[in-house]
Amino acid sequence: MLKFTQDHEWILVEDDSATIGITQHAQEQLGDLVFVELPKPGALFAAGAPAAVVESVKAASDVYAPITGEIVEVNQGIVDDPSLVNSDPMGKGWLFKMKIAERSQIDALLDEQAYQLLIGGAASAQGTRIN
Amino acid sequence: MSAVVAAAQLKRTPLHRLHLDLGARMVPFAGYEMPVQYRNGILKEHLHVRAGVGLFDVSHMGQFEVRARSGDGDAAARALETVVPMDILGLASGRQRYALLTNEDGGVRDDLMIANLGDRFLIVANAGCKDADEAYLRHALSRECAIERLDDRALLAIQGPAAETALARIAPDVKSMRFMDIRVIELMNLNCTISRSGYTGEDGFEISVPASHAEVVARELLEDSSVAMVGLGARDSLRLEAGLCLYGMDIDVATTPVEAALEWSIQGVRREGGQRAGGFPGARKILHQLADGTARKRIGLRPEGRAPIRHGTQLFRDREAGDAVGVVTSGGFGPSVNAPIATGYVTHVVIAADVPIYANLRGSRVPVQPSKLPFVPTRYKR
Repeated sequence: MLKFTQDHEWILVEDDSATIGITQHAQEQLGDLVFVELPKPGALFAAGAPAAVVESVKAASDVYAPITGEIVEVNQGIVDDPSLVNSDPMGKGWLFKMKIAERSQIDALLDEQAYQLLIGGAASAQGTRIN
Repeated sequence: MSAVVAAAQLKRTPLHRLHLDLGARMVPFAGYEMPVQYRNGILKEHLHVRAGVGLFDVSHMGQFEVRARSGDGDAAARALETVVPMDILGLASGRQRYALLTNEDGGVRDDLMIANLGDRFLIVANAGCKDADEAYLRHALSRECAIERLDDRALLAIQGPAAETALARIAPDVKSMRFMDIRVIELMNLNCTISRSGYTGEDGFEISVPASHAEVVARELLEDSSVAMVGLGARDSLRLEAGLCLYGMDIDVATTPVEAALEWSIQGVRREGGQRAGGFPGARKILHQLADGTARKRIGLRPEGRAPIRHGTQLFRDREAGDAVGVVTSGGFGPSVNAPIATGYVTHVVIAADVPIYANLRGSRVPVQPSKLPFVPTRYKR
């Protein structure tokens, strides 16, 4: 099951483990990534806590743990090549995997339709983003 | 993480429609809506300039003409020498020079290009300073000089090893220009002013064109498919690799030209012992610093690892504890060096010791190697 957060992370749930990354919309907004800082396996995060950092040419951005849990694996591939997050944000560009502590937190996240509405609304507003 | 600003409040350059047509991501910069990148992204745009040729819209910058009221060019030069520590009287017709507007504390009000066009001087100023610069120049120079702001002109920059070939296709005369030459050239039947200069460290040209025809000229240059449009994001990474200052970040009213490692721009004739020594704001402090050195200096910085260190990051002498010995003023990633790079001010003790210092990055200290500038060798056609 694929879910999303308001902060443009996606979370793919399989049994009691979840794979987390940033969305296509997020990587487009960030631009070319040059550095990724991932958490250590074994680290514990509360939902909403900053768990990783992605840096584009222009700025650093936090990536938040979408759920409470323990980091079980991180994607070394994107540490070596941050551009994978841009080129394949939903696949090879995944960031880290977590063990799910609270199942109900998953239910509270956005489904695909709700997320598309979220970014559809932002995209249609007249305005520019401050870098 | 991001904020939305009403686009209507921002000014637009004459190339606004072109930017949108090319899929630019527009952002606010110095009161203008400017392209930070186009579809290929900042890294590719940056590398394309160093490998070939890129075209930039820099029309947000200020362009001014300064003429002597008496008609005597030397009078205008002398007047300009009262506001900059540069040799303007000795700047030959058809030549341009990097200049700094200083204040009474020896600080920098703005960094400019001043060009001698024979019967007038052309000044190009930073977008964020152009209003203040105009007011200041009018206040300081209007007895001797008439000052005209050229709001009907756009400014394009074409940069890269293939810039000459690309521009010569429509302006063959540029082939005989060397670095810092400036000429009035008819291009596509338009009265243009072209200098061989730029902000990337590469060979290139800056073209002042009538605003009404800026889009036509840009589109004609882009007809050559080797020319790519490049945004402000890559402009920043290019100039950082070239070791060039960004006003407001690396230099400001609280930094002197000597602290900023810009002494090279102060010609001997304006220094102690020179024929026209001093006579500009902050002269006493600046001449003193030229003689005795400064407590701090701008240098290059290379962090260990892959994480960038950015403006405001504190620098320390030791891995644990200790007082700060400097601060980063510009930092990011250098696509051509394929590593994070930065510039900042450090105490003279650090420079003398030439040992790694440490940046405070997200709570831990990362080793940073002081480095000479530029990070990428410049390739000006001197």
